[in-house]
Amino acid sequence: MIDTPTPTPTRRLPDGGDWIDRTRPLTFVFDGRTLTGFQGDTVASALLANGIDRVATSTYDRRPRGVMTAGMEEPNALVQVDWPGGASEPMLRATQVELVEGLRAASLAGKGRLSLAPGSNDPGRFDRRHVHADVLVIGAGAAGLAAARATAAETRLIVIDDGPAITAPDLTTRLETRLLARTTALGVYDHGYVTAVERRPNARTEGRLWHIRAGRIVLATGATERPIAFANGDRPGIMLASAAGAYLRRFAVRPGERAVIFANNDTTSAVADDLAAAGIALIETVDWRRNEVVVDTLADASGRLAGVVIAKIASDGAVDPATLRTVAADLLLVSGGWNPNVALWSQARGSLRFDERLAGFVPDRPFGPVEAVGACAGDVAGIGELLPLWVVPPAPVAGRPASDDDWAEHYLDLQRDATVRDLRRALGAGLTSIEHLKRYTTIGTAADQGKTSGVLASAIAAALLGQDVGAVGVPTYRPPYVPVSFAQLAGRDRGALIDPVRTTPIHPWHAANGAVFEDVGQWKRPRYFPGDGESMDAAVLRECRAAREGVAAMDASTLGKIDLQGPDAGPFLDRLYTNAFGRLAIGSCRYGLMCRADGMVFDDGVTSRLAEDRFHMTTTTGNAAAVLDWLEEWLQTEWPELHVRATSVTEQWATVAVVGPRSRDVLHTLAPDLALEPEAFPFMTWRDAVVAGIAGRIFRISFSGELAYEINVPSWSGLALWEAVMTAGAAYGIVPYGTEAMHVLRAEKGYPIVGQETDGTVAPQDLGMGWIVSKTKPFIGSRSHRRPDALRSDRRQLVAVLPSDPDELLPEGAQLVAADARLDAPPVPMLGHVTSSYRSAALGRTFALAMVRAGRERIGETVVAPLVDRTVTATIIEPVLYDPDNLRRDGDGR
Amino acid sequence: MLLIPCPWCGPRDETEFSYGGEADVPYPGDPAAADDATWAGYLFMRANSEGPLHERWHHAAGCRRWFVARRDTLTSEFLT
Repeated sequence: MIDTPTPTPTRRLPDGGDWIDRTRPLTFVFDGRTLTGFQGDTVASALLANGIDRVATSTYDRRPRGVMTAGMEEPNALVQVDWPGGASEPMLRATQVELVEGLRAASLAGKGRLSLAPGSNDPGRFDRRHVHADVLVIGAGAAGLAAARATAAETRLIVIDDGPAITAPDLTTRLETRLLARTTALGVYDHGYVTAVERRPNARTEGRLWHIRAGRIVLATGATERPIAFANGDRPGIMLASAAGAYLRRFAVRPGERAVIFANNDTTSAVADDLAAAGIALIETVDWRRNEVVVDTLADASGRLAGVVIAKIASDGAVDPATLRTVAADLLLVSGGWNPNVALWSQARGSLRFDERLAGFVPDRPFGPVEAVGACAGDVAGIGELLPLWVVPPAPVAGRPASDDDWAEHYLDLQRDATVRDLRRALGAGLTSIEHLKRYTTIGTAADQGKTSGVLASAIAAALLGQDVGAVGVPTYRPPYVPVSFAQLAGRDRGALIDPVRTTPIHPWHAANGAVFEDVGQWKRPRYFPGDGESMDAAVLRECRAAREGVAAMDASTLGKIDLQGPDAGPFLDRLYTNAFGRLAIGSCRYGLMCRADGMVFDDGVTSRLAEDRFHMTTTTGNAAAVLDWLEEWLQTEWPELHVRATSVTEQWATVAVVGPRSRDVLHTLAPDLALEPEAFPFMTWRDAVVAGIAGRIFRISFSGELAYEINVPSWSGLALWEAVMTAGAAYGIVPYGTEAMHVLRAEKGYPIVGQETDGTVAPQDLGMGWIVSKTKPFIGSRSHRRPDALRSDRRQLVAVLPSDPDELLPEGAQLVAADARLDAPPVPMLGHVTSSYRSAALGRTFALAMVRAGRERIGETVVAPLVDRTVTATIIEPVLYDPDNLRRDGDGR
Repeated sequence: MLLIPCPWCGPRDETEFSYGGEADVPYPGDPAAADDATWAGYLFMRANSEGPLHERWHHAAGCRRWFVARRDTLTSEFLT
């Protein structure tokens, strides 16, 4: 239910308003009330037009707050906006949200809400563009447009401005010029890189993130008026003087009826003219240059401004009680001077200096291709002779000694409800750096980043410290300059588009046959193939049993594959792998281990010699790109004299592993002419062959310990090969298996997985693979194996761990401690951790692999895994649990 | 984001590159002959200097060539 629209906004002037279109009235809802405004209104201007001054309740002190500014610096008027198209956005600045028909806004007390249910899609549309420019002008005021016009006509020029329009018809005709209104620069980075966000107000909230690389950046960001700190200076009805001028001229809205101006400079004279033109009574101008100050304010029952307490300052700096007087007013317009908007300048690493005439920080030494013009450079028009005034002391209370609490209502950062009292306490606690004061008081840490409070806080701190404002400085300016939503930053990179998805040629079969997939890097790999109602545990046990007792097939196409060619390929591999490949016979395969220069395991895989000058290297699925990078790095940087070329062929080959004692029978059906007896096609060799009519290459290698054939065919024939294998295997009960069963099978054999058992601190010797490390030839990392650290006897070593309860499945990552460790006396010395843990069909129980300090000396010892809800006892054993003598790799003899 | 001059492709965004650290740290010709301190120096010790520095870059998402560029680590300016 919504009530009847308010017929006529009470504070709208009968005519005028540069930004509004009176022919297009709009209806919107604020806090449940249906209101009207015009096209071009902001939520803030429309609320003021409707006589709504209190737009928020402060977060911490629950104080009534009104609209303080007319721009992006607004600290108070934050609203939750429900866009008619469905999206809801929290903490938007009402001073910048343009009305659309049917918009619903709600005042916030500090925090917003995300309206979307988990898993649902944000209906907002956000995207991103990358552009280059010769010149980027940020700010389309007079100075910015002058800088834009000073460029040559053929200049690739971009002008951005956060207002709703850029009025420069002479520029719009230039072919290489782009004008972006409603666009706010977020950050300036190295080498002329700028990000900016463009708001596109419509029913379906839209935004665009611009990435701009500019040859030259002109900052024409203007200046922001700053308030003066005095008691109860945060009430609805108190605003920056220039904001009142903006509401009058842009929106034809009277923000009040009886105004007092409090200023220390001449820029308010233009505002006084605006007030007069609108028929607003200017009761009094309180001018600090005439020793007049606003000491305090009074409120009506709603909390809105009702009166202003005025006084003079005595020679001792305190308020002269004899001069105190009160005037009735509902609008107090404050101008404490102007801060050039130097945040982007400072982000770009330009230095700042404190300008005494302006009493503000201005650009000093530039950095990079950045220049400042106009008010941003300190040229604030009409400011006249400014007399600095930052804070008005509290009126003394007779009979009470002065205390920090007298400053409890001198609000500085209105979004944080931080006051001069907070600043004084921070100084009292001994803090002197402005960065520390910021964090201690939270001044400048809210969503508005202290745009109205920052310099004020620095100046007040400087006075209390007895230092120059310039010496105290301002906290580091950091991007983003205005808040930006995660949805906007993500753009279209969400859901399925967040990362490329890679699938193998056989993927359609997996999907059609109920595979449960897991992500391995960008690849989708079948994890297991559950039958109807079958659990993962049951499916994996069934798949493992098939591989050990019958025949099973796996899609191994994701394995990284690199084609190495060149006369020096053999010597190159000798330098890469810990073991020798230079004399590997053509037609043979060899398992190899690669280390980084620090001697730690980097990757492993089987590499086969195809010809004297050609090898087929395989890598782990997740490391394929990194290994190719590694080869290229050494070939290009250290060993350019080696004649070798490395090419990724991962996606050119599909690979089907046929595994198990019946695999030979299946392959014989598919390749009847190929001699498959172990003597004719021995372990660790490869053959070119035609399989199911497809020309390919078969490797007799095994990652399970069973008789196995890995059939490689061109990827476009991968699906046909897989289907042929499944058809031929049907007679032998062939079972497709996934990565989980593959892991169980390899772990039963004690084969480590790089990245699971290893973490970049594990040497081959730690894995019990010293046998594969050459003692005679140098290879990358060989010297590191003689470093004292590599020779320590207490290094973590690969072992297997059997829980004493054969049904107990240790969680991977579980820490292992000594059996007699005192768990109630932390820190408990850790012996190691579980790296892999599975249920084994072959063993009829659970088991785990672990990296344990001096693990091989502990074979037979009992260790304990303290878990959250229980403590598991386990025994350390040799890591090869299944067929330690490798009797099964030629099949079971049947 | 840095604008990095690839000698083959021209100036490109930093996201196309991977960083190879300080240049002029050659792989010892005979690692076996290096004593522990020398080898550890090669593996781990870098000048981390402020100012002009020769660095290795890899145009990984471009021409895939490694090259050495001189950059002022204080200003990120690429020097010729």
